[in-house]
Amino acid sequence: MRRSWLFAAAALAGTLLTLPAAADFTGGKVRIGVLNDQSSLYADITGQGSVVAARMAVEDWGGKVKGVPIEVVFADHQNKPDVGSNIARQWYDTEGVDAIVDVPTSSVALAINEITREKNKVFLVSGAATSDLTGPKCSPNTVHWTYDTWALANGTGSAIVQTGGDSWFFLTADYAFGHALERDTEAVVLKSGGKVLGKVRHPLNTPDFSSYLLQAQASRAKIIGLANAGGDTINSIKQAAEFGIVAGGQNLAGLLVFITDVHGLGLQTAQGLILTESFYWDLNDSTRAWSKRFAERMNGRMPTMVHAGVYAAVLHYLKALDALGSDADGRAVVAKMKEMPTDDPLFGKGEIRVDGRKLHPMYLFEVKKPAESKGPWDYYKLKATIPADKAFRPLAEGNCPLVK
Amino acid sequence: MAARSEPAPIAVAVPSDVLRHQKLGIVLLAALLLVAPFVFYPVFVMKVLCFALFACAFNLLIGYVGLLSFGHAAFFGTASYAAGHAAKVWGLPFELAVPFATLCSAGLGLVFGWLAIRRQGIYFAMITLALAQMLYFFYLQAPFTGGEDGIQAIPRGKLFGILDLSNDLVIYWVVAAIFMGGFLLIYRTIHSPFGQVLKAIRENEARAISLGYDTDRYKLVAFTLSAALSGLAGGTKAIVFQLASLTDVHWTMSGEVVLMALVGGLGTVFGPVLGAAVIVSLQNYLAGLGHWVTIVQGLIFVACVLAFRRGIVGELAHLLKKPL
Amino acid sequence: MVEILGVPAPALFGQLLLGLINGAFYAMLSLGLAVIFGLLNIINFTHGAQYMMGAFTAWMLLNWFGIGYWWSLLLAPLFVGLTGIAIERLLLKRLAGLDHLYGLLLTFGLALVIQGLYRNEFGSTGLPYAIPAELRGGQNLGFMFLPNYRAWVVVVSLAVCLATWLVIEKTRLGSYLRAATENPTLVQAMGIDVPKMVTLTYGFGVALAAFAGVLAAPIYQVSPLMGADLIIVVFAVVVIGGMGSILGSIVTGFGLGVIEGLTKVFWPQASATVIFVIMAIVLLLRPAGLFGRAS
Repeated sequence: MRRSWLFAAAALAGTLLTLPAAADFTGGKVRIGVLNDQSSLYADITGQGSVVAARMAVEDWGGKVKGVPIEVVFADHQNKPDVGSNIARQWYDTEGVDAIVDVPTSSVALAINEITREKNKVFLVSGAATSDLTGPKCSPNTVHWTYDTWALANGTGSAIVQTGGDSWFFLTADYAFGHALERDTEAVVLKSGGKVLGKVRHPLNTPDFSSYLLQAQASRAKIIGLANAGGDTINSIKQAAEFGIVAGGQNLAGLLVFITDVHGLGLQTAQGLILTESFYWDLNDSTRAWSKRFAERMNGRMPTMVHAGVYAAVLHYLKALDALGSDADGRAVVAKMKEMPTDDPLFGKGEIRVDGRKLHPMYLFEVKKPAESKGPWDYYKLKATIPADKAFRPLAEGNCPLVK
Repeated sequence: MAARSEPAPIAVAVPSDVLRHQKLGIVLLAALLLVAPFVFYPVFVMKVLCFALFACAFNLLIGYVGLLSFGHAAFFGTASYAAGHAAKVWGLPFELAVPFATLCSAGLGLVFGWLAIRRQGIYFAMITLALAQMLYFFYLQAPFTGGEDGIQAIPRGKLFGILDLSNDLVIYWVVAAIFMGGFLLIYRTIHSPFGQVLKAIRENEARAISLGYDTDRYKLVAFTLSAALSGLAGGTKAIVFQLASLTDVHWTMSGEVVLMALVGGLGTVFGPVLGAAVIVSLQNYLAGLGHWVTIVQGLIFVACVLAFRRGIVGELAHLLKKPL
Repeated sequence: MVEILGVPAPALFGQLLLGLINGAFYAMLSLGLAVIFGLLNIINFTHGAQYMMGAFTAWMLLNWFGIGYWWSLLLAPLFVGLTGIAIERLLLKRLAGLDHLYGLLLTFGLALVIQGLYRNEFGSTGLPYAIPAELRGGQNLGFMFLPNYRAWVVVVSLAVCLATWLVIEKTRLGSYLRAATENPTLVQAMGIDVPKMVTLTYGFGVALAAFAGVLAAPIYQVSPLMGADLIIVVFAVVVIGGMGSILGSIVTGFGLGVIEGLTKVFWPQASATVIFVIMAIVLLLRPAGLFGRAS
């Protein structure tokens, strides 16, 4: 509770110290555009929840920076890079949007990354997973907040090998994101002393996984790594239960599983699943308090880590604007964000690295058994905390041109 | 009830005084192109123009030869990848990358066309769909396409080494010129003797054969031309948006172009242009509706089929009793 | 161990069986599509959405009214079939005699609306539906573990397909139906209410899709988009089998399921594409489809 007092105080101070600095803010206002999937596969993970999270950040900040009003707009990119880039250009060029937030689906995020660099605005990534955003494609205008493929692979991969799951079989979605997840996890598994017995690549949006699961079963690997996302992950977990894979002694490792996926599966099917996230609503008092407020606005749905990332990123962005007194130069704003240490109720204290990577701990969770759960959305048991300095790819290994 | 009426009938032989309306329409269209970038956001207008050219190329087949292709995304997307690869990896300038892309699509059109024109009606549609799906799989697997990330950050470069295309207005004039060129080429084709034979094939293929025309060759030429122009649109789009992705080759793109032509009016000269403008605007402005997008889109299709079957331009032409 | 093309024989048997199970869904869905196409001349693009509605109706019956799987197998197709009848009466009727394209577009638009409404109500992740207690567990066949539920799916869908085929090919009602497909005016003149028959046929085709949806609910996630991509594959099955051919769509459905299953072993990446390769080859060699009559 102490933190929200600090915020109230900061907001109050902000209003009192307001100077007529509107001229330094383009268009006389700060406009934040939430661009994500509102209507299909990732709408529950990102969607309206991200819009709500961004609005909450603006409200908690006090609605104004240096007396200038803050506005949140949103749009649906339909997971198509051309639709997304078109909206982004229009937002930047004609509608006075200063920063774009969220953007799940790596292909769209990479496109927005380039446009934001070209237009010198700010891009705060929460929904996209590709670690290229802070690697070869890194940009002085981009901050990658919540998670990335490397962090997921590292968290789940090394923890499982350490607890004895040393032989793996990968079920990989056949597209760049799946390949990246598989590649990163395989590297971690091999480095930790495990081995990979086989892999199978399935087309995106496959309804039936039984054939692949049978191949995984025949491999006798201890761990079946699911390098896929969304509906594909859900269906593979569901059908693994049906075919008695887990009962037969093999375990599943979901490399990208969100709490909404667990909610969709039900604990009966999802129990025992091991996964890595950077946020869980029931971590501590401040995450619980924030999530409760979020759920009240979202028909009782708890936030995903993407929603939490949107909130925290927007809050830190506003903090940087306040310190800088201007939103005109995107590169300067991001430089300021990197210079200031981060501190928010959801991710705690942290920092943003020179390549744009936000550093915070990652958490390894195990999905509870139905008997252990005390009520709706009580799904995770904390297994391990991966400290911020171990959770993400070391700076030198990313090949980011900003790192010299 | 008028529910059983046929889609817009188009006169086979058009007297020249009727053509005056179409010529007037072309002048109006050109004037609109001159004003548009100052009224609307230029990048948005360019998107409309690329899709309008694509829809016109598609309409050449369905509207004037009566062939429904359900795989036109293959040509659009192939050119998009070809232009992207040529400009980004080989460093070719705009004036070489786009013609190269067009040529790629034309070649592909020749092969697909050669296979597909052996069949008619729904079977023709299904073959084109099957071939396009196979090509989609190839692009998904091929390393140079970048999988679902696509080819990103394609450089716009300089036209002939002088005109800086990274300026939105400069590239707009280039795109407008390309669109107008493609549009006029289609217009000329429709009204040429070649176009008359195509329409004869659409009306009654057996009769055209009995008159001594080698209809398969006519169909193949029309198919290749349509593929090439779709390629021109796709290649230009890739450079304007600096992006070539799987969306361009997916079957939903083939579906989208059918919609554009249908909403505007099949077999009309201006219909596909208007149809493209309507659909692209919808996508653009509905994006702010969030999760209601698909519902509104669906309702529009239903309304179109029930109330505007001839398409917007087709209904207008019907009212005016003039082909447009 | 005996190996076939580098794959152990028992594993191959397992894959064949799984292919057959997936084929069961293709068969049931394409059967409905073929029946509708045969009589209404409409390519029903809403089919995927109606399959999804079947699964959701089962979910709603269970979670809102406490009605279990077995009653859902009957009630969900009935309910979805009724909505189908409403769609036919209100919308599709107006398209009689027009080009295929219009029917396809109208049903495609409807599918977008239906999927959008469900997505707004239930979210995109989907909802769980448990396997009924009677069918949990499975049999160890030696070469693979066969869940009881999958065995049930194959048996019940084969039965439904055969029954449909028998009704259409061997009964008086079926003969009217086939006659109406050939020449509706003549059949009408013989005193048979063709419009009513058309409506009921559409309702039946849709109910078949919903039935497949209920069967699918415990296996796949009950989600608004579960049928969105399926329709194009199922449509390919109908084309390969021969448009409007009942037997063709059943046999091709099961056959393609098996072929797809084998592709998943030898070249998994291509498993979503193999159906289109087959479609292209079939259309080039036998344009009317494997079981279609050349017109």
